[in-house]
Amino acid sequence: MRLTALGVALLAASAVHAQDVDPQEVAYGEYGSVESSLSGAPGDAEAGANVASTRGLGNCVACHQISALDAAFQGEIGPPLDGVADRWGEAELRGIVANAKITFPDTVMPAFYKSTGFIRPGDAFTGKAGTEPLPPLLTAQQVEDVVAFLMTLK
Amino acid sequence: MTKTIALTAGLVAAAGLAWAEADEDSLVINGDIEIVTEAEPPAHLDGVLPVIYSGWRFRSDETQEAEMDDFDNPAFLAVDQAQAAWDTVEGEAGESCASCHGDVSEAMEGVRAVYPKWNEGAGEVRTLAQQINACRTENMKAEPYGYTSGDMTAMEALISVQSRGMPVNVAIDGPVAETWEQGKELYYTRFGQLELSCASCHEQNYGNYIRADHLSQGQINGFPAYRLKNTKLNQVHDRFKGCVRDTRAETFSPGSPEFVALELYVASRGNGLSVEAPSVRN
Ligand code: HEC
Ligand code: HEC
Ligand code: HEC
Repeated sequence: MRLTALGVALLAASAVHAQDVDPQEVAYGEYGSVESSLSGAPGDAEAGANVASTRGLGNCVACHQISALDAAFQGEIGPPLDGVADRWGEAELRGIVANAKITFPDTVMPAFYKSTGFIRPGDAFTGKAGTEPLPPLLTAQQVEDVVAFLMTLK
Repeated sequence: MTKTIALTAGLVAAAGLAWAEADEDSLVINGDIEIVTEAEPPAHLDGVLPVIYSGWRFRSDETQEAEMDDFDNPAFLAVDQAQAAWDTVEGEAGESCASCHGDVSEAMEGVRAVYPKWNEGAGEVRTLAQQINACRTENMKAEPYGYTSGDMTAMEALISVQSRGMPVNVAIDGPVAETWEQGKELYYTRFGQLELSCASCHEQNYGNYIRADHLSQGQINGFPAYRLKNTKLNQVHDRFKGCVRDTRAETFSPGSPEFVALELYVASRGNGLSVEAPSVRN
């Protein structure tokens, strides 16, 4: 009985991941945009709002002000994201979230869908060494969810 | 015309981004010791910072006040404890710090202001903590203090107090030049999965908030620093370690050659600020 439940869970997990574009295989356009969904599925804006405001997830509000979210202590490292969907299209936003350094060279914004090529990569916030490929900061679906949320900021 | 407008807009944007966000308060300790919390940057910074500021200028009024009188500064319990240790014989040589150095206020005046520095006999750059341990192991034949232990930060605090108000003046040339370059390289390396360098936060973004934290320039003239967060004196390498860990990187160890080099470099970025240790931070 227990085994069956575990089997189903494993199956479900691998089924989701099979659709995901590997972080190392993401196709960026010349200016950093990414045309198609990284998970193969559409994003959920409400889930994306949660990713953007939660410390253990995207924590975008650490650096950006987003008036639509009622998260406390929004940061000022990056530009406010209000109206960001008027400035960028979906493919561009996906590219910025996945790896902002392609759109904005040298930016301090971390790449949320990148797994290799780090200097002294750690195991999350433990301070201990991590082994590449690291799990990206966000899953493919979480990136899609955040992008769907950003698309509502008009 | 267009050029002028573009330039002006650029300047305004730059000003909005960072500087000018230290507060205007000035620091006098015990109504007596004037602390320079804002100074012209040392020449070696090549204009990357318009002004250098002590971290004190970025803290709340309540946190600032705790440093303005030694009776309110919780670090002074540790200073008293270290004064007792200074006079205590320990180790097989039967010596105390006092038996060689005499009165701490005379012997250690100005010392903290020039550390880390080159030690000719050992042929190496030494931090204050390393020098304290060298005296313990070589001169006293006593056990070394743990690098970031309470005994160590207390002794560093006692020694630092004797230089309070004096300008930080760390040498960067001669035999330390290579170590300094290594420290500079580390300062600008973007570590970890977040790919952030010290400069990403403390040079490009000081004055800005990162979530609830008001970023300072990451100066170390106030170390060891008493943090209200963990209610103890914090060794500077522990602070470095925390900041590197927060980039989701593998950290370096306190006392490692990398952190010694980084300390030398970061200390030199504060040349001209006053020694302020033991400071109070949140
Ligand atoms: C450590 C700071 C930091 C974090 C965390 C961060 N960003 Fe950014 N972001 C920036 C900076 C800085 C820029 C400006 C780009 C540049 O450097 O030129 C930026 C730019 C952007 C832009 C383009 C904005 C515009 O109006 O042009 C978007 C969209 C964006 N970020 C989304 C996000 C999202 C979504 C997250 C979380 C999943 C996030 N950021 C997390 C720092 C950050
Ligand atoms: C047996 C003698 C002796 C004892 C005991 C001793 N020291 Fe020293 N100390 C020295 C000598 C000699 C030097 C100069 C070292 C050198 O330049 O290599 C020195 C240098 C120092 C310096 C550096 C001063 C400078 O101007 O750079 C500090 C700090 C220091 N000692 C702290 C301590 C402390 C703290 C203790 C006790 C825990 C202690 N010492 C115990 C002999 C001693
Ligand atoms: C992700 C951002 C970030 C990075 C990267 C970072 N720090 Fe920090 N650092 C902070 C924050 C937040 C604080 C607490 C507020 C303050 O004093 O700036 C802090 C505090 C400090 C302090 C204490 C300053 C004081 O006056 O009490 C020092 C020193 C320091 N950092 C050095 C460094 C060094 C050296 C590096 C690179 C190895 C580094 N930091 C990298 C965010 C960062």
